[in-house]
Amino acid sequence: MDKTAVFDEMWGQDERLRDPYVGFQEWFQGEDVARLRAKQREADTLFRLTGITFNVYGRAEAEERLIPFDIIPRIISGPEWARLSRGIEQRVRAINAFIHDIYHKQEIVKAGRIPQEMISRNDAFLPQMIGVAPPGGIYTHIVGIDLVRTGPGEFYVLEDNARTPSGVSYMLENRETMLQMFPELFSRNRVQPVQTYPTDLRQSLAACAPACTEGKPVVAVLTPGIYNSAYFEHAFLADQMGVELVEGHDLRVVDGRVAMRTTRGYTPIDVLYRRVDDDFLDPLNFNPDSQLGVPGIMDVYRAGNITIANAPGTGIADDKAIYSYMPEIVEFYTGERPLLRNVPTFRCSEADDLAYVLDNLADLVVKEVHGSGGYGMLIGPTASKKELAAFRAKLKARPGNYIAQPTLSLSTVPIFSRQGLAPRHVDLRPFVLASPKGIRVTPGGLTRVALKKGSLVVNSSQGGGTKDTWVLED
Amino acid sequence: MLGKTANGLFWMYRYLERAENTARLIETGQRIALTRLNDRDEEWGPVLQSAGTLTAFRAQDEDLNQETAINWMLRARGNPSSVLSCIEAARQNARLVRAAVTGEVWEAVNAAYMDARDLLARRVRERDLPQVLRAIRQSTSLVRGMTHGTMLRNEIYDFARLGTFLERADNTARILDVKYYVLLPSAGSVGTSIDNVQWETILRSLSAHGGFRMEYGAGAGPLEITQFLILDKRMPRSLAFCVDKLCDNLRYLHKGDRTLMPSLKQVNHLQAMYLSHDVNAIFDFGLHEFIGQILDHLGQVARQIEIDYRFYE
Repeated sequence: MDKTAVFDEMWGQDERLRDPYVGFQEWFQGEDVARLRAKQREADTLFRLTGITFNVYGRAEAEERLIPFDIIPRIISGPEWARLSRGIEQRVRAINAFIHDIYHKQEIVKAGRIPQEMISRNDAFLPQMIGVAPPGGIYTHIVGIDLVRTGPGEFYVLEDNARTPSGVSYMLENRETMLQMFPELFSRNRVQPVQTYPTDLRQSLAACAPACTEGKPVVAVLTPGIYNSAYFEHAFLADQMGVELVEGHDLRVVDGRVAMRTTRGYTPIDVLYRRVDDDFLDPLNFNPDSQLGVPGIMDVYRAGNITIANAPGTGIADDKAIYSYMPEIVEFYTGERPLLRNVPTFRCSEADDLAYVLDNLADLVVKEVHGSGGYGMLIGPTASKKELAAFRAKLKARPGNYIAQPTLSLSTVPIFSRQGLAPRHVDLRPFVLASPKGIRVTPGGLTRVALKKGSLVVNSSQGGGTKDTWVLED
Repeated sequence: MLGKTANGLFWMYRYLERAENTARLIETGQRIALTRLNDRDEEWGPVLQSAGTLTAFRAQDEDLNQETAINWMLRARGNPSSVLSCIEAARQNARLVRAAVTGEVWEAVNAAYMDARDLLARRVRERDLPQVLRAIRQSTSLVRGMTHGTMLRNEIYDFARLGTFLERADNTARILDVKYYVLLPSAGSVGTSIDNVQWETILRSLSAHGGFRMEYGAGAGPLEITQFLILDKRMPRSLAFCVDKLCDNLRYLHKGDRTLMPSLKQVNHLQAMYLSHDVNAIFDFGLHEFIGQILDHLGQVARQIEIDYRFYE
């Protein structure tokens, strides 16, 4: 293995095999490299066959791409996971309480823990949601918490995805593929199952059904359509849950309910798992040009006659500026100390923080508060003097527009490369389901891995891949 | 079940059936061209006509010969009925109804598409043609097998079957429509070698030569062929067989409803008025007119199914 200064999840920092990987290592030593290479190719074929691809917009040829899959599992021990999952649960509980508060009394603002303008000037704040009580009291039913690891017990939350987290189909297909290719690995290691996710999801959604539901709740998945980049996932989830996959033009408001056009007329829907953004959900209430939504669905929602998962307006909780308040938010609503760490975040709007950021610019990552996708970002350690100077000027001109964070030393896990096992940086997105019956965290999640040596970018559009993520039973 | 899903299933299976039928027509055309002594390009006009694509071919200003005809039917993107276009369309519809079909069916369609895309990426050389056609028919057969073996017998299955048999009936009727004159008792001297080749063509285009031989042996003529392809309910591509299946599946869909759907009424009518007679009655009526009317009725039934089951609104 290459020597790395960072924490490797298989070899630690001192080249000593860590416990969760013992069973894997025994197996791996008995394996033949040529056979594993063949297996890696087999995996690609399996993925193509199941059609787990993402669409690339604006390309007629080769329009469907595979996200590279690495056959070496990432392994987390049972106790490690138990700690982590308690923290995730706590955070999701707090996020739901926070969103409820924001659209009702705003106690947290009154208590002076979050400045008023953080909410009122936030684009993700939906005035249409003020005073609305979602069925079951849940706002964000499906959450993805992005984590990175820096040491044996050190996990940091990088981002909370409270709107429409994607990627769960990869978690499921990755496991399915591994089970098909390496059944013997699963007999040696007791791995906690992820396959119950679709059933859990359906139960969790059904538990949030509105009061008007008669009999078994009718659940449907709303997709923008076949050309959406995540269409595979939408169809996959509908299939696995055994519910209808609908598009806006299949739906219509009939007698105060949202109903779908079936071969026998219109049938009301109780719970809609929507994979369409807020803005496109209802042309009468939001973007009037939207073809993807259902005219009038917000009125049905406000009347309490349909559950929309996730609720409109949940974006307020995954904003970058709000992120920096997450420790306060967790404490405020749960009365407990946060179990998961936030990456320390400097709010440049505050004079002390700004002074520190300006002094240490070369060591920090600076992000725009409302930016996304890496736009308007400065990575101090790799920036040139000129770039640093330019950013310094921007910061001084509009400090409130920026936050800054130290660069973290992300953990690595081995991938199967041409030279055998080689360490690469990873992150982790566990998937969480929230309903009045409780919060469920699927053991594992989606591990994204930067396949390029030394790279910290795990994004699939920039050379990132995925791995099966194991949580051991112990 | 969503109207949109019913529509997607109906067309997914129509396109799969059409892909197979087109592949079979190419195979037949090729075979006849090979066994012919004089002009090997002559037979391709009627073959394209049977596939309902002669007019479209003519519109693109290319010489009609064996090579261009095969390429047009096999892989032309401009031809919506080419094997490649049909398999692409079937797969696109399968994506649309992904949650309604089993994983096995989806994977089989997806594999059929990937195979076809690779096999038909370039013009197919004459010597590779039999192998390519065989591979395509095997991959679409796998979809049919998976459908049969893994799908629940519910509405979803009914719409899949409606698409299959509507397309198949249409295909059989169209082949008979193009070649009807060969089957007229007055046409030429019965039993000449030309007649034999022509009859063989029709039977092969419908994968009916084996069954026909089993049933009638050698020495049978146009009357028996007509009887076999139109009225024989044991022959899986005959009009009577296909219309029976349409009837069955519409009846399953109807189950429990109080009023009869217009599409079921139409199919009942088609069955009673056209397919419950003696073959001689067909000749008395006029074979060509008879087939023409059946084609019209099939078109109406397809449109009525769309309306009855809310495919679009």
